[in-house]
Amino acid sequence: MRRLFDDELNDIDANFTEMGMMVSETIEKAVKAFIDHDRELAQEIIDDDRQINQREVELEQKSFEMIALYQPVTSDLREIVTILKAVSELERMADYARNIARATIRVKGHTRVPEIEAELSEMGNRVRKMVEEMLAAYVKSDDVAAREVAAKVAKVAELHDDINRNGITHMEHDPETVIGSTGYLKVASYLMRIGALVTNVGEWIVYLNTGEIIELNA
Amino acid sequence: MSTILTTENLHLFYGKNEALKGINMSFEKTGITALIGPSGCGKSTFLRCLNRMNDLIPNVTITGNVQFHDTNIYAPTTDTVQLRKEIGMVFQQPNPFPFSIYENVVYGLRLAGVRDKEKLDAAVEKSLKQAAIWDEVKDRLHVNALALSGGQQQRVCIARVLAVEPEIILLDEATSALDPVSSHQIETTLLNLRHDYTIITVTHNMQQASRISDRTAFFLNGELIEVNDTKQIFMNPAKQETNDYISGRFG
Repeated sequence: MRRLFDDELNDIDANFTEMGMMVSETIEKAVKAFIDHDRELAQEIIDDDRQINQREVELEQKSFEMIALYQPVTSDLREIVTILKAVSELERMADYARNIARATIRVKGHTRVPEIEAELSEMGNRVRKMVEEMLAAYVKSDDVAAREVAAKVAKVAELHDDINRNGITHMEHDPETVIGSTGYLKVASYLMRIGALVTNVGEWIVYLNTGEIIELNA
Repeated sequence: MSTILTTENLHLFYGKNEALKGINMSFEKTGITALIGPSGCGKSTFLRCLNRMNDLIPNVTITGNVQFHDTNIYAPTTDTVQLRKEIGMVFQQPNPFPFSIYENVVYGLRLAGVRDKEKLDAAVEKSLKQAAIWDEVKDRLHVNALALSGGQQQRVCIARVLAVEPEIILLDEATSALDPVSSHQIETTLLNLRHDYTIITVTHNMQQASRISDRTAFFLNGELIEVNDTKQIFMNPAKQETNDYISGRFG
């Protein structure tokens, strides 16, 4: 039996995936703007954040409406709950991307450390890739893939620690780099937070498929 | 928790048509079990087997075992009148007898030979209170029960079942002919009774099953597909058919 509910579920599902792609793109742009010291691109990210927030609100409203009108149970309920929870994680990822953009604007013009920027670039790429892969796992409802992607946060954490160490070393040896390095440390911690949020999305994909609420990378 | 009622490999045939294909199920001493499934799945047939209501239908063959405490209710020595006191039934259409509320409630007791007015009065009050209708009718116990609303009539029918102190109460879509407010009153009544009785209810109302039952059993084509805690059935059933049925994909 074809249900009206299925059509609406497909709609919010597609909207959620689309929002995920917007967020992934924003993260990519944020890292690029930071590395390139591109203030204009950074400003663009800050301005576009409102659209992502708007998306989140729309998805939440639609989910509440579907719960009220259709009283979903079993896998239907889990799908809506997953979207409702994961959409907040996506929105927070975008907030961190916006913070990276703000840091870009503040840091511009100060002494740079190319070595650390290279590490940040790698870290940013890894995190963005995690976001994309996690979205793919969501689209395919693949909880095994979700667990695999979540495990990749370990390498991101390593890079985060390296950048911290390097940044502090540079600050100790060359006071000129203090402002720049402080920015590096902040951006690294924002990227780390995004990685952790990707893991949370993975937990909701596991819930979607199994009904179990688990802690990945606890 | 101890088991009060068990069915073992219960088959039922209407002529050659096999309506129940070997049902194995057991019921605890208290709590509400909801039997759900699409029309024709066998849930009502199964319910009626539990106090031998199907005996009244010609051409029915039943095999297997229904164990109530230590006895097989299909043993030739079973007194079906006594059985139906112990395992009472409430039907879809409220079916009060065309006499007073009071006489409706004491009907079973009078049949059993109780004459003591005090005893009968006490039973009426207790049963009507248990059925959550005492306050509404206590001042007009001698009014004809047919003058009551459908929801009130149904609660009087529940009181009539309770008056003979059953252990198990079977309900066959007992709220489906009632408006939402009356249904809600019956649900509240059942929730209050579930601590003292085994309640088994057939319902087409999924929300009702999920709201009030402790366990839910899903029937399909004469088979018991799945039985589990209601929470489990409505959140994460083990079988795809269960998932599809309760989320409205068929049935």
